[in-house]
Amino acid sequence: MVFLLRRLGFYVIAFWACITLNFFLPRLMPGDPVSRMFSQVQSQMRPDQVDALRRLFGLDDRPLWEQYIAYIGKIFRGDMGISLSRFPSPVSEVIGSQIGWTLLLGGTSLIIAVILGNFLGVLAAWRRGKFLDSVFPPLLIFVGSFPYFWLAMAALYLFGITLGWLPLSHAFSTGLSPSFSLKYIGDVAAHLILPALTIVLVSIGGWMLGMRNTMIATTAEDYITMARAKGLRPARIMFQYAARNAMLPSVTSFGMSLGFVVGGALLTETVFAYPGIGYQLLTSVQALDYPLTQGIFLTITAAVLAANFLVDIIYVRLDPRVRVS
Amino acid sequence: MSLTDSTPTATTTAGNPTIQVPEPPVRGRVAHGGFVHGILTNKKALFGLAILVVFALLALLAPLLAPGNPSDFGPEASLAPSGNHLLGTTSKGQDVLALTLWGSRSSLTVGFTVGIAATFIGCLVGIASAYFGKAIDEVLSLLTNIFLLIPGLPLLVVLAAFLPPGPATVVIVLVITGWAGSARVLRSQALSLRSKDFVAAAVVTGEKAWRIMFREILPNMASIVMSTLLGCVIYGIGAQAGLEFLGLGDTGSVSWGTNLYWANNDGALMTGDWWVLLPSGVAIAVVAFALAMINYAVDEITNPRLRVEKKG
Repeated sequence: MVFLLRRLGFYVIAFWACITLNFFLPRLMPGDPVSRMFSQVQSQMRPDQVDALRRLFGLDDRPLWEQYIAYIGKIFRGDMGISLSRFPSPVSEVIGSQIGWTLLLGGTSLIIAVILGNFLGVLAAWRRGKFLDSVFPPLLIFVGSFPYFWLAMAALYLFGITLGWLPLSHAFSTGLSPSFSLKYIGDVAAHLILPALTIVLVSIGGWMLGMRNTMIATTAEDYITMARAKGLRPARIMFQYAARNAMLPSVTSFGMSLGFVVGGALLTETVFAYPGIGYQLLTSVQALDYPLTQGIFLTITAAVLAANFLVDIIYVRLDPRVRVS
Repeated sequence: MSLTDSTPTATTTAGNPTIQVPEPPVRGRVAHGGFVHGILTNKKALFGLAILVVFALLALLAPLLAPGNPSDFGPEASLAPSGNHLLGTTSKGQDVLALTLWGSRSSLTVGFTVGIAATFIGCLVGIASAYFGKAIDEVLSLLTNIFLLIPGLPLLVVLAAFLPPGPATVVIVLVITGWAGSARVLRSQALSLRSKDFVAAAVVTGEKAWRIMFREILPNMASIVMSTLLGCVIYGIGAQAGLEFLGLGDTGSVSWGTNLYWANNDGALMTGDWWVLLPSGVAIAVVAFALAMINYAVDEITNPRLRVEKKG
């Protein structure tokens, strides 16, 4: 319990650091990004909206600490301002309409990569020096060396343009409206394959290698020798005895890797014009829509922090040593 | 990226038995000689080093191999690879081979600058954290963990959006987002060295703090610093390419990332000009793979358990 409270405190501080960064970035930057942003939208906004935005970015005369407190208050009320590129929708509404796609893409690819990668890692460590162990790690490191977006483009070119098997972009076909019909779900799945495949390909090597290395250390432990001496079946030793303990570092890196997946999703979404918040983040930067940029950044960070806290809770359940100390 | 998140588990358990000899000159030579020997007899390391040397030479000789400004538009647009243009031309008539050669200069420079700077900050924070302990350790560890947890690429995008564009911005932004991983790994290694007798002896003899940190502790974790550096360089090259590809870097320069950005912008995929996309992506992958191979070899040399037992 103390452990979890400590972690929770840490996440709160981390989130506070992000809000602070968000607050100071537009205020301390050389040049004047904010006036650039205003010059293009001023004509279509009401004076009070312009005023609210000016406050959000510190273009008012109040002292800095007063602005800072007001800013934090606004964030906690979920008020992140109004999007300029999608005027007049509030930032929170724009994010809400798109975060589902990122969760779908990121979640699917992360789960596949983790399960498959760890499984391959267990097998590779169990059969040291055999085919799987000698061919796969270098091959996967090589594939993982390619930039996310480049693999995405290669997959797009090969399967989308040349072979024409899978759709090129977006999350579902134009003309189709979201519904719980078989046709719509199938269409979404078809659009998901290529982006998810690229994320899985790039990230699976790290999982496999990490699992392989901890498995090798674990199989040298006495209790594995003991299990062997008892004459247990190899499959039982491998999964019930060794892999269960070797999983622990993987659980920790699961939380860490969420950030990577969000980053990877950003690049992949860009290549496939997939309507997630990663793609929206980039579009907002290009459109100088700073409220939306900052809102998305805060949302992504909050999501990653929350997911990490969840991983901590799971970790406490898995590893009794944490509970004792 | 895939290898950097696996290195901590592999390297933190590494312990080189030769590094605990207390007399400085002997210690330095033994650890160093053993390590260099290990690198030079390891096939993976040699393979990686050879690739790196080739790329460094190509980058150095770019003005000789492909004279002139590589981004100048030419009359022959969208040509497939042929005798005249070994790697073909872009839709603006630029020679792809020249772009790739010149691109390696920016990509390698930025990658290694970022790698060295991030490792340097990581060393500073990690060793100071382990050496001073207590409150300083708490604060520095908190800072490190926050930077580790904030998703890198979104932070990269936000920073790049607000900073004025240019090559310096790219380097600064990449260092800000890249140092934390190395700080964490180096701290845990420095922490185990902190409790060794030779550090206690140095403290008792009244050596200055910075001297103990950089002359006593640092040389003893050279192999981990090395593998951290390699990880950071891989990160630097990959992240620069990502940033440039999104159009948030320095689009005026020629690098592997900007080559891909322009290729994508000019619709090379849709027109089927695959040869424009292939070289820069493969170059990034081959360099990253070479660095990963060296890293893998460093792990094997310093952590005997990872070595595959010889058959028979």
